[in-house]
Amino acid sequence: MKFRGTDSYVATDDLTMAVNAAITLERPLLIKGEPGTGKTILAFEIAKALEKPLIQWHIKSTTKAQQGLYEYDAVSRLRDSQLGRDDVHDISNYIVRGKLWEAFSMDEAPVLLIDEIDKADIEFPNDLLLELDRMEFHVYETRETVTAKSRPIVIITSNNEKELPDAFLRRCFFHYIKFPDRETMMEIVQVHYPDIKKMLVREALNVFYDVRDVPGLKKKPSTSELLDWLKLLMAEDIGPETLKERDPAKIIPPLHGALLKNEQDVHLFERLAFLQRRERS
Amino acid sequence: MFVDFFFSLREAKIPVSLREYLTLVEALDKGLAKFSVDEFYFLSRSALVKDEKNLDRFDQVFGHCFKGLEQPTLETGFTEIPAEWLKALTEKFLSEEEKAEIEALGGWEKLMETLRERLAEQRRRHQGGNKWIGTGGTSPFGAYGYNPEGIRIGQDKNRNNRAVKVWDKREFKNLDDSVELGTRNIKIALRRLRKFAREGAADQLDLPDTIQSTAKNGGMLDLRMVPERHNAAKILIFFDVGGSMDPHVRLCQELFSAARTEFKHLEFFYFHNCLYETVWQDNDRRHTEHIPTEQVLRTFPHDYKVIFVGDASMSPYEIIYPGGSVEHWNEEPGEIWMRRVLDVYPKAVWLNPLAAKTWHYSASIEMMSTLMSGRMYPLTLEGLDTAMAELKR
Repeated sequence: MKFRGTDSYVATDDLTMAVNAAITLERPLLIKGEPGTGKTILAFEIAKALEKPLIQWHIKSTTKAQQGLYEYDAVSRLRDSQLGRDDVHDISNYIVRGKLWEAFSMDEAPVLLIDEIDKADIEFPNDLLLELDRMEFHVYETRETVTAKSRPIVIITSNNEKELPDAFLRRCFFHYIKFPDRETMMEIVQVHYPDIKKMLVREALNVFYDVRDVPGLKKKPSTSELLDWLKLLMAEDIGPETLKERDPAKIIPPLHGALLKNEQDVHLFERLAFLQRRERS
Repeated sequence: MFVDFFFSLREAKIPVSLREYLTLVEALDKGLAKFSVDEFYFLSRSALVKDEKNLDRFDQVFGHCFKGLEQPTLETGFTEIPAEWLKALTEKFLSEEEKAEIEALGGWEKLMETLRERLAEQRRRHQGGNKWIGTGGTSPFGAYGYNPEGIRIGQDKNRNNRAVKVWDKREFKNLDDSVELGTRNIKIALRRLRKFAREGAADQLDLPDTIQSTAKNGGMLDLRMVPERHNAAKILIFFDVGGSMDPHVRLCQELFSAARTEFKHLEFFYFHNCLYETVWQDNDRRHTEHIPTEQVLRTFPHDYKVIFVGDASMSPYEIIYPGGSVEHWNEEPGEIWMRRVLDVYPKAVWLNPLAAKTWHYSASIEMMSTLMSGRMYPLTLEGLDTAMAELKR
């Protein structure tokens, strides 16, 4: 059972090693990296490659660790008791299972994605230590212990908005997805748009890396933005010649909306174009 | 197995524990990474390093342990500067006589050699010193008397395209920050300031109220909801920037980033040395985009808590005399502006990055501390804790 990337995801050697180590040793894998470098997609692709079901748990600022385990719906039970229903006598009717429980109860080990763990409260990772370590937890209301039938493959992503506690980090494998270099990027584009013209890709990548190199950008465009931009270029049928045109007056690339997501960045580009024009005249 | 490697990592201050080491051994035992150094490198990296800022140091230690390179603390790649850059610079900056002088010294190769030696030397001396202070002194061109403005010297050019092993590339170089006091600790300290208040949509069950109104209702269920509790602490932070604060920039950045994630209502302003009639929010545009302090006082209600961050080290004139400011003419002394702020915001503290035992050497620190009625605290975790407790009182 080895992960080697899929036909729609280019995984570098170090990434595959990290994934395989996490799968073999049954430890969670923590993925960090610039936004848009394919952290979340990785879980989808692992599930696809290993033909396992995927359970996604997207974390928000209000998410509590307990919600991943289970919640006791006391209000429904109270209401049912007033209506005189028979369900009331069995408390387990009012235990709502969370994503972790769902993953633990599957016969075949699923891939569990805990997405953007840094969005949650600062204590959130600490509350999941034991659960992720032993893959079991205790339900107080019914006095039962839920143990994973087979340990799920846990993929955790983080955008580095909060630092994670050491105790949590010690239990994970870690991989930092670094920004792909030119060759890897060519491969990634090829995988996503197999019939795109080579020339267009080369010119687009030139423009793209130039844009990334502009100092002072608030948000550098990343892989997902490049893919969107290429899609637009193809849809608008813009040829490589247009991109090749290195007229400083046109320093802003065509359809820049896909690459620059921030009006300050667009202003920055306009200013640069203005300066270049002035230098010329 | 690999015990030396493990201890070298610990010596290089990478936080690896026994647990990580055992994980690595277990992984090797399971037959991941077979007979390939590259695979072993990838595996050990993902098992032992848990933060991208440590990746660069890991690469250095790995290179050292498995190839016998120089000590990891010596910046190996730093001295490789493409000759063309220097050549281009000379064309730009040196006069004809100076060029002739260089020729006399033995020409380009010799000069490069000297430069390289000097770089290595300088780097070593710098490494031995304090991390914070003196980072500016490493500019390799300082010795030659011209300013390489806007030119970054690094190893982006990948060591003259020699074939390099993955860990020798050290791609994660700029992520290393060796910050000892993580933002997490600061956040925990700032948490003391949390003040929960219920605001917004009623979406949580209020149990006591529900029980009471159900009882009143003759036993029929009557649900009562309340809004969720949010952190309602409101904070204004004033940062001293420039000049004597430069050595403390990192600490201030950490405080700032911790505060920004911890408080929803956070406004920050910059000032220089002492607070006067204007503050600003963007240091790049400080001379064009002023915000009158008066406006700050008007805009934010008095239940905001104020935190000043600064070393308060200046000439006493800057505090007590009109026109005392070092960079503009101030109509009213800084003292009056400080008093105005403290009048509007009774809850205020001053955090000082200098060590508390050195405070009495400087008259201005004592004056500022008196102005703050003694509410000046050192910018350490302990000081932060007391300061937050003071704000909370």
